[in-house]
Amino acid sequence: MKRNKSVLLSAPYLIWMVVFTLIPLGVVCYYAFTDPSSGEFTLKNLRELNLYWGVLGQSVLYSIVSAFICLLLGYPVAYFIAHRGPTAQRFLYMLVMLPMCMSFLLRTLAWVGLLQDTGIINNILAALGFHRIRMIRTPGAVVLGMVYNYLPYMILPLYAVIVKIDHRLIEAAEDLGCNGAQVFGRVILPLSVPGILSGMTMVFVPAVSTFYISQKLGGTDTVLIGDVIERQFKQGNNPNLGAALSLVLMILVFVCTGIMNRFGGDSEEGGVIV
Amino acid sequence: MKKVVCVILSVLLAVSCLVGLTGCGSNDDQITLYVYNWGQYIAEDDDDSIDVIAAFEEAYPNITVKYSTYDSNEIMYSKLSNGGITVDVIIPSDYMIGRMIQEGMLEKLNFDNIPNYQYIDDTFKNTAYDPENQYSVPYTWGTVGIIYNTKYVDEADVTGWELLWNDKYAGKILMFDNSRDAFGIAEYLLGYDVNTTDEAELQACAEKLAEQKPVVQQYVMDQIFDAMENEEAWIAPYYAGDYLTMAEENPDLAFYQPKEQGFNVFIDAMCIPTCCQEKEAAELFINFLCDPEISAANMAYLGYSTPSSAAKDYLDPEIAGSRVAYPDADTLKAASSFNFLPEETSRYMESLFMEVRNG
Repeated sequence: MKRNKSVLLSAPYLIWMVVFTLIPLGVVCYYAFTDPSSGEFTLKNLRELNLYWGVLGQSVLYSIVSAFICLLLGYPVAYFIAHRGPTAQRFLYMLVMLPMCMSFLLRTLAWVGLLQDTGIINNILAALGFHRIRMIRTPGAVVLGMVYNYLPYMILPLYAVIVKIDHRLIEAAEDLGCNGAQVFGRVILPLSVPGILSGMTMVFVPAVSTFYISQKLGGTDTVLIGDVIERQFKQGNNPNLGAALSLVLMILVFVCTGIMNRFGGDSEEGGVIV
Repeated sequence: MKKVVCVILSVLLAVSCLVGLTGCGSNDDQITLYVYNWGQYIAEDDDDSIDVIAAFEEAYPNITVKYSTYDSNEIMYSKLSNGGITVDVIIPSDYMIGRMIQEGMLEKLNFDNIPNYQYIDDTFKNTAYDPENQYSVPYTWGTVGIIYNTKYVDEADVTGWELLWNDKYAGKILMFDNSRDAFGIAEYLLGYDVNTTDEAELQACAEKLAEQKPVVQQYVMDQIFDAMENEEAWIAPYYAGDYLTMAEENPDLAFYQPKEQGFNVFIDAMCIPTCCQEKEAAELFINFLCDPEISAANMAYLGYSTPSSAAKDYLDPEIAGSRVAYPDADTLKAASSFNFLPEETSRYMESLFMEVRNG
């Protein structure tokens, strides 16, 4: 009786998963292994992937760099928030969330307005008599866009883990003679590994597949795999190659998150969100 | 257990009733017409111009227009050939119309519903892409040239298409983000026929385009308006009509057509794709846009050239006399149009362009 009920209640989502996750995945595989014009089975799309390893490598590099910068920026913030009083915590938490209430596209476009050669920052510099500097259409601008957009995804899981660290453990470490740095390095940091891992994953996964950020903030050479996939479906009129690329990207994301989780595998708090 | 099933069933019943009701409600005799057009390619309610779609809906109160836009012929083609959508009217360019006719993607038009076709000038009939005038009604025509900012670009450098490769202006040059226009420029520059199907020539064009990549700021279509008006970019190839719109915002912009090397002249025409659901309403819409007065008001806003002399009579003489919109016969002699290419050539060109863009 009880079991039937749970099946029944989860049925809507199970059906949803089949219709909108498993079947589309099958369609992606079908496209990846068929010829664009004849529709016959082929490995041609996979062979064409050879052209795109460089782009794929570049995407992985940019997103790993962004994830690390997010970690460096996000950890102190999360730590700070977790050690405030309850009211301050709620307020700061809301501040972190606030930018996410606005459209992602709009926020990225705002950066274009700030960074471009005739943008706000350069106009202020020029008005003050300085030279204009080239900011937009550089790899740095793309990483900036990724860090800016995905930083909340790093801070929130970190905060959730740090806030739950048992304060008695820290006191115990201090009683046993650890100085501040040792307490952090040997107690707090290891205990926040699950948060670090889920934060890294939650930044890395959307960043590696993004296309809008690189198109708006990047130059003609900062092409990411998301751009290539988007273009195959739009201008390129080659959904088969697009599907093959998506498939490879998906496998790559699984491998990367797998490696990351392996690093944290020995920690006892295995609650990593993938 | 039984109770749960009952609840679910009753919820389902209630939902299906609601769906049924709304289904009936919207089914009066209101027609929805899906128009899929280039971005910035119809007069909208802005300053003192008319809103063409609103005017159409006023003239035919039982038709509601759902309007959406695309950036290039290729994007429109991909969307339609992937299927699964309803579109009643599209406005592709000549070579794309030829390709779609060949691939059976267009409906033959019923010209009894398009009496205003009589106003279209004979020069725009019996074209290479639609020799028997069965599938398309010309909407606009125009030429491609180089738009540049006279404040930053030295006139001495404006000698031809090679301006787009000039590394003196590196990072300030925009380029077409569609294969046909981009390859066209490389073909004019290298002296090839713009309708070549020779793979070695296309390969050479791709190499030329790849060579240009380091000086290109961005590959764009409609984003060109902002970039050129704000002087974020100084040089860009684009359509003459859009130059006129940009020059209104920034008077420092100038337009240049490389007469010696040649340039593209195009016709964009209205067609009905096979996924159309409301053919008659679509023909009414096409007819409405051919009305000389409407066409004139529309062109005054767009800056593009009208294919109808009758409409030209309604145009402000200043616009009708513009040498950019209506080049003289001597200039037009240097222009050539894109014909449709065999499917393998189109595919090959697209894949080469993807390699240039992604490389």
